[in-house]
Amino acid sequence: MFAFIVSRLLQALPVMFTVSLISFAMFAYVGDPVAIMLGQDYTEAQREALVRDLGLDQPFFVQFWEYLQFWEYLKNAVRGEFGLSYRLARPVSDLILERMPATLELSLSAAFLALAIGVPMGVYTGLYRESWLSRLFLTISLIGVSLPTFLIGILLILVFAVWLGVLPSFGRGETVMVGGWWSTGFLTASGLKALILPSITLGLFQMTLIMRLVRSEMLEVLRTDYIKFARARGLTNRAIHFGHALKNTLVPVITITGLQLGAIIAFAIVTETVFQWPGMGLLFIQAVANADIPIMAAYLIMIALLFVIINLVVDLLYYLVDPRLRGSLTGSAR
Amino acid sequence: MAGDAIPRDAAASGPVEAGARVGGPEAARRKGPVARMLDSDLWYSFSRSPLTVASALVALVLIGGAVLAPVLAPHNPFDLATLNLMDAFNPPAFMAGGDPAFLLGTDDQGRDMLSTIMYGARISLFVGFCAVLFAMTLGVAIGLVAGYAGGATDAVLMRIADIKLTFPAILVALLVDGLVRAAMPRELHDRIALWVVIFAIGISNWVQYARTVRGSTLVEKSKEYVMAARVIGLSNLRIMARHVLPNVMGPVLVIATLNLGFAILAEATLSFLGVGVPPTQPSLGTLIRIGNDFLFSGEWWITVFPGITLALMVLSVNLLGDWLRDALNPKLR
Repeated sequence: MFAFIVSRLLQALPVMFTVSLISFAMFAYVGDPVAIMLGQDYTEAQREALVRDLGLDQPFFVQFWEYLQFWEYLKNAVRGEFGLSYRLARPVSDLILERMPATLELSLSAAFLALAIGVPMGVYTGLYRESWLSRLFLTISLIGVSLPTFLIGILLILVFAVWLGVLPSFGRGETVMVGGWWSTGFLTASGLKALILPSITLGLFQMTLIMRLVRSEMLEVLRTDYIKFARARGLTNRAIHFGHALKNTLVPVITITGLQLGAIIAFAIVTETVFQWPGMGLLFIQAVANADIPIMAAYLIMIALLFVIINLVVDLLYYLVDPRLRGSLTGSAR
Repeated sequence: MAGDAIPRDAAASGPVEAGARVGGPEAARRKGPVARMLDSDLWYSFSRSPLTVASALVALVLIGGAVLAPVLAPHNPFDLATLNLMDAFNPPAFMAGGDPAFLLGTDDQGRDMLSTIMYGARISLFVGFCAVLFAMTLGVAIGLVAGYAGGATDAVLMRIADIKLTFPAILVALLVDGLVRAAMPRELHDRIALWVVIFAIGISNWVQYARTVRGSTLVEKSKEYVMAARVIGLSNLRIMARHVLPNVMGPVLVIATLNLGFAILAEATLSFLGVGVPPTQPSLGTLIRIGNDFLFSGEWWITVFPGITLALMVLSVNLLGDWLRDALNPKLR
């Protein structure tokens, strides 16, 4: 078990290293911070003053120096220091920390929604393949896969915010600070109401994906001998369906859900833009539109770290869910 | 799923097919190309699936409307001389207050929505096709080289592919787009923005091709015809391009069809986020973003109609891709 974790961590290292290399290359070579910070109107004297302030007039020679620069950058990145945003002139780490709770709350609600609705729908459509409700679910899921995230968001806003006027269409509502820095929308009524539409928008695609996955796995498992044996033993349907069948569909569901959590965080960029949700995604998209390199570089490293952690957790969950893997893992680790 | 609607064993056991097969391969060769196409297994499985025929028709109408937009569109939305601000915010013709000249209504600048959508679909499809072509070329080249060369080249290329797979494609496309935007002066970027988007989407999507091609190249490379080509002294490049490549292209074309839907969606998403194609060449995504601003004042048609077009386009292309994958899969016959 320990050897397994260590080998996974070692595999993650080259990924993190490559990502920080790319992120440093962006930081060091792309874009002209002077041009971005000065804007449209400036005098030559202002330009020179800014170049001096930023230390860009210093000669930076030899490759070795850049190599050292990279290590300096890495050390700062590990400490969470990514420099100043070109556009907002504030430390990038502050900006990201400020926005992170919003994105994480949205992503987790969406993932929860996808699981809480997708799994039961999948079980139902797997068990009662021919019923009209199953057909309805499958048709809905086909639409859910083909509609782009932003369009779902816009349509939900049109129906529930503009026509019916029952739910807010933008922002997080009222938030409460917890522990000094984590602002949460879970504790106020308006915060929860504001969460409904964005998390449906973000979770719908994953929900349909999970539903289809559980359905096909259930169909597969229900054909196996041990289910027949369980029926022969006279177990209740409930025990067979949930205790035996569903449990055996969980391994692929966990993999896909884990990998999709990454996709959820990526697509949070789109959802946050539609709903003007003040999260990291909105910060990132504004950085892309304004060529604000420090924020892009920092976001890249943050996301890579998050993905590496998610992959690790997924691997560990396998280990807990599927007892067969334990033997093979210790075998391969030796 | 489209797959459920396709009679999977029909191609082998259908009575019509059995009758048509009597002539044998000789008879088939004497017929014209159209008759041969109508005689093929592929056409049979196509004509037996109503869902596939329907999505092919929808795709054909959309692509036809987009390609022939300059001829078919009732108005030219980019000709400033014909625009009249008095026409702005006309509701669709079938609603109260609609003008029959503007079937789907007009936007804030008095442009006819139907024409704007046709021109927009043109750009969406163009970007989608080019991005798929670029991703396919890049992925096939990398896969061929990795599979054929093996060793360290293979290991490095596949490691890069793994790292790329760690990130969702849309995020990579956003990053590439943002990087190019930052590295270029604004005027230059505006001029080539369309190609930047194609590059970004292509770059974010080559891994699947590379992996597939590498796998089949590994199989092909040990076959006798490759050995024979080596024995007569052909260069590695020639063997890869002329001998191995044609034998690994089959699955690539299926992946390309399936990815067309993704590429169109990716372009729409980038444009919706405001970092895709420039507003002077609005694609469907750009139209939806513009229309989004008028949602609250009640002009829903400016955003909903381009949205429906986009959804229909992606849905029909996806269904066709699903069908092609199942129809060409020998295991499912």
